[in-house]
Order: sequence, then structure tokens, then C-alpha cells
Amino acid sequence: MNQSSGAREIILLGLFLLVFGSVPFIKQSDYHLMLANHVLIWGMFAVAFNMLFGVTGMLSFGQALYYGLGAYSVGLVVKNYGSAMFLPALGLGLVLTIVISILVGLLVIRLSGVYFTVLTLAFGQLAWQITFRWYRFTGGDDGIQGIMPSGLLENHTVYYYFTLALVVVSIWFLWRVANSPMGLVLRCIRQNPERVRFLGRRVRRNQLRIYVISSFFAALAGGLMAGVTNSIHPDMFYWTSSGEVILMAVLGGIGQFFGPFIGATVIIVIQDVVGARTEYWSLIIGIIMMIMVLGMPKGLVGEIRGLMARYAAGKVNRG
Amino acid sequence: MDFSFIVMQFLSGLMMATLLFLVASGLTLIFGVGNVFNFAHGSFYMIGAYLAYQTVSVWHTNFWLSVLVASLGAGVLGMLAEALFLRRIYGRADEGGFQILLTYSFILVIDDLVKLIWGTEYKSLARPSGFTGTVELFGLSIPAYNLAIIGIGIVVVIVAWFVLARTRSGRIARAAALDREMLGSLGINVPFTMTLVFGIATAMGGFAGALAAPLRSVSPGAGIEVIIDSLIVVVIGGMGNFWGAWLGALILGEVNSFAVATVPDWASLFNYLVMVLTLIFKPEGLFASRKIRRV
Repeated sequence: MNQSSGAREIILLGLFLLVFGSVPFIKQSDYHLMLANHVLIWGMFAVAFNMLFGVTGMLSFGQALYYGLGAYSVGLVVKNYGSAMFLPALGLGLVLTIVISILVGLLVIRLSGVYFTVLTLAFGQLAWQITFRWYRFTGGDDGIQGIMPSGLLENHTVYYYFTLALVVVSIWFLWRVANSPMGLVLRCIRQNPERVRFLGRRVRRNQLRIYVISSFFAALAGGLMAGVTNSIHPDMFYWTSSGEVILMAVLGGIGQFFGPFIGATVIIVIQDVVGARTEYWSLIIGIIMMIMVLGMPKGLVGEIRGLMARYAAGKVNRG
Repeated sequence: MDFSFIVMQFLSGLMMATLLFLVASGLTLIFGVGNVFNFAHGSFYMIGAYLAYQTVSVWHTNFWLSVLVASLGAGVLGMLAEALFLRRIYGRADEGGFQILLTYSFILVIDDLVKLIWGTEYKSLARPSGFTGTVELFGLSIPAYNLAIIGIGIVVVIVAWFVLARTRSGRIARAAALDREMLGSLGINVPFTMTLVFGIATAMGGFAGALAAPLRSVSPGAGIEVIIDSLIVVVIGGMGNFWGAWLGALILGEVNSFAVATVPDWASLFNYLVMVLTLIFKPEGLFASRKIRRV
């Protein structure tokens, strides 16, 4: 990374903080705050997912497993031990995620390509089924309601800033990973895993690492979301949640670090405009996905960058 | 647990295995021949089930005709999907990922189109006349329709094996799996072959959906359940392998049948258990025909 792009990132970060930091002051209702919260949390989830897919080339269709795990850890602990346990519960979800993602990761990274995708999907659906069926423990289809964060976090604005801080730190961390030597190895794994081995780097170990990292932030997203919506549902484990985060990444651009964040923003705005979960929501996202794959495989951010580069090149030629 | 219980469950498992095999073989066919992973294969199964419902319950025609309508309908839709959309991404960098994403979008679109046309409520279909009762066999009463499905499955296995192994079309399909470029230079219309194979694969999905319709209720969202089960089958058997799919279906069908009879609430977990065990001990599948590029 050279000097000028480093400066650009700092400007971007400042802009990001300015926009999201000012939401509590310019909002017209608590609804706007919730919407901004959704954008932050899904944005982080999508960026973390893209570390797996866009960077390393591992298309997981089962990140809902960790999203749900984070949410249900918070929900179940708060339901049984009171809202004072909100933060410890969030931590518990993250610890559980590390353990489970190592175990599941060891299995799923044995296979690559389509097999990897299907396996992650199967594990996600397995978790969904257990949550759905184990009525006495998880509340089954009823989900869990009334999950309130405690103390200062009870205030919506405070909770919003809490989320903002965690999301910024998480994205900063992921950015550092993406631009570290390990990030380079991950990119090489996507392009040519055999060559990575020739260079004396461990493919499997790096894949497992990024799987655990990505899952960790998926769980963080789930746990934070439980505090925003105050209620959770087994659907958080369902394959459609995994599909949604994939769509966000593809829409924004899987080749761009911040692309998935933009994708998440666009999807949440569309969801808000057409009414969240309309009857034909899957038709809408299906068509968006089809357009992106066939016409704009680089995603919104990637295509815009391409256009800008072309425009700049044109100017140079004319000048 | 007496002997007749075991025989009954075994036969019920064999029927499940047949249906699983019919779906999974389409999935494995297009993967083996065209190197295309059709994530939406279960959705074509669902289309088949709905077309059968439409033909029998709305148009009041014969059940076996509805099976034909379902297979043809799913086949034509599959050919359209391949020729209009999938073909555009062949040969693109990272094609595998884009295949999954594109066929994933098919699932979403088909799910909602089905809802638009047939509504969200569950549909059920009567068993065809002549197959509603039971057959007395070795002193056991076995549902006639289950036996019919097992019989159909055996016929399909033999026909499919014969076509793939002994006919010119089968040779072309197998050649396409090995080297498409060479096949093209020998004067075979490769793009058309791909479309046709894709259509045959989805037609098999629709065929299975129509046959299963009298046994399970038809509902939107069935696609994803079916695709996961057939994927477990092909993971066990080894993707792209015909006999592997058969063995995988047999194992999964039997495990499922006995699990449903003993621990009904948790039966579906056993499917995953079988898959996880396969992955731990033989990740390339029991019958891997080709070496999976392990990364």
C-alpha cells in the first residue's frame, strides 16, 4: 500500500464516521436509527463474509450458522439470566463461535469449490433445524422476544454508538488482515492454491484462519442485531440469511474491500423502500442477483471504479 | 423390533432411495458431463411436483400423463435457463462461484413464480388409480404405490446406464465430460449438447417431483430441502458419479427410513450425520470417479 492510498483511506474513514456519527442528530425518528444500525451491522457482516469469498475464493453458504449463534447466545443468556448479562452473553457467543468454527472449519476446508459451498450450507441448515426443533431450549419457531441490553446500552443512541464503535474497530481489523502478508497469501490461495504450497505457505491453515475470523464477525453481527431488534428468530440460521449476505457482497463488488458494505447499504435501503419482507422479496433479490452475475460481475463499486478509470484515461489521452 | 418391521422399513427406505436417486442423478449428470453445478436443481423438482398437481387436480387428467407433462415442462424450462442465462457465464474466470450465484438466483425467482401461480398453501395429490391400495407380499401389506416407485427406479437405472454406456448419445455425453473442445472439433454441436443434457437433467428432477407429489405435500420452498438431500447423496457417492449417486441414495434412504421410524423428531439430523462421517473418513466420496482438486 503506498502513501497516497493510505491518506485516501483516512479521508474515507473520516467521512464514514461523520456520516454515521451524525445519524442520531439528524434522525427524524428512532426508525432511522434502527435503519442505520442495520446498515452498520450487515455492512460489517458482508465485509467479513467477503474476506472469505472475494479475497480467499471460499464461497460459504452457511455464515448464517454463526450469525444465528451470536444472536441466540445473547438471546438465551439474557432470557435465562437477565439483561445484566448482555455483554457477557455477547462474549460467550464469540467464544462459542471460535470453538465451533474451528471444528466445522476443519471439516469443510477438506473440500473446495462447490463441495465447500454445499457443506457450509448443510451445516447451516443443520443448526437451523436444531434451533427449530429444540423447542424447550430455543423456543423453536416462536423465537425469543424482549432481549434488552442493560445499563447505559438500554438507551438507543448509546447502543447505536456502541455498535458504531465495534463496527469501525472490526472493519479496521479486517482491513489490516486484508493488507497483511496473510491477506496476500489468501489472495494467492484464490488464484492458485498449488503455487501457494510451492512457496512454502500452508493453504489449509490460512483457509481455516480466515474461516474462523470471518465467522467471528458474523457472530458479532448476530449478537449486536439481537440488541437492535430485541427479538430473534430461527430464520437467522436459515439459508436465506446466508444468501442475503452473499447478495450484498456481490452487489457491492467482491473484488473491493468496501464493496460489500455499499451492497449492504443498497439492499437495506431497497428493503426499506419496498417494505421489508414483501411477499415477493425473493423475486426482487433473485433478479438483482441475476443482473449482477450476468451484467456487472464486478459489482457496483467495481463497475463505477472501472468507469472512473476509463474516464481518467480518456482525459489523459485527450490532454 | 421384529422382522416384519425391518422389512417394511427397508422397503420404505428403498422407495425414498429411489426418489433421492432420481433427483440426485440429474444433478450429478449435469455436473459430470457439463461441469455445471445446478444449485436450483431442487427447484426443477418442485416445478415438476406443481405441474403434476396442475395436470391432475386442475385439468383432471391421468396421473401418468401428468408425470410426462412434469418431466417435459421441467426439461424445457431447464433448457431455456441454460440457453438464456447459464451459457453466458461459461468460461468466465471463477466460473464455479458464478454458477452457484446464478443458479441461486434461479431458486429465488422460481420460488416466487410458483407462489404467484399456485399460491402459498400446501397442495396434495391423490395416488393414481390402481395404486391406492396395498399389495400382500410375504404376509406383509405394502403400499402399491411404493412398489411402483421402486420398480420405476429400477427401470430408470437400467435405461440410464444403457444410454450412457451403450449408445452414441451416451458416448457424446461422456466425451463432453472429458474434452469439450475436442468434441467440438469432431463436428459435434457442443453448445446444443450442453443445453440438451441440462434439459435431460432438469427433466429427471421434474420426473422425481411428479412421482413424489402423491407422497409428500407440494409447497413452495421444497426446492431447497430437496437440493440439500440430493447434495448429501452426491457427496456420499462422489460428485459426477452415476453409481455413486445410486449408492449414496440407498444409504441415505435407508438411514432416513429407520430414523423416521425410531426417532421421528430428529430423523433429518441423521442425514447430516452420514454426510459428516463420510467427509471425515472419505471426503472425496465413496465412489469418487475423478480426483477432486483438494485445496
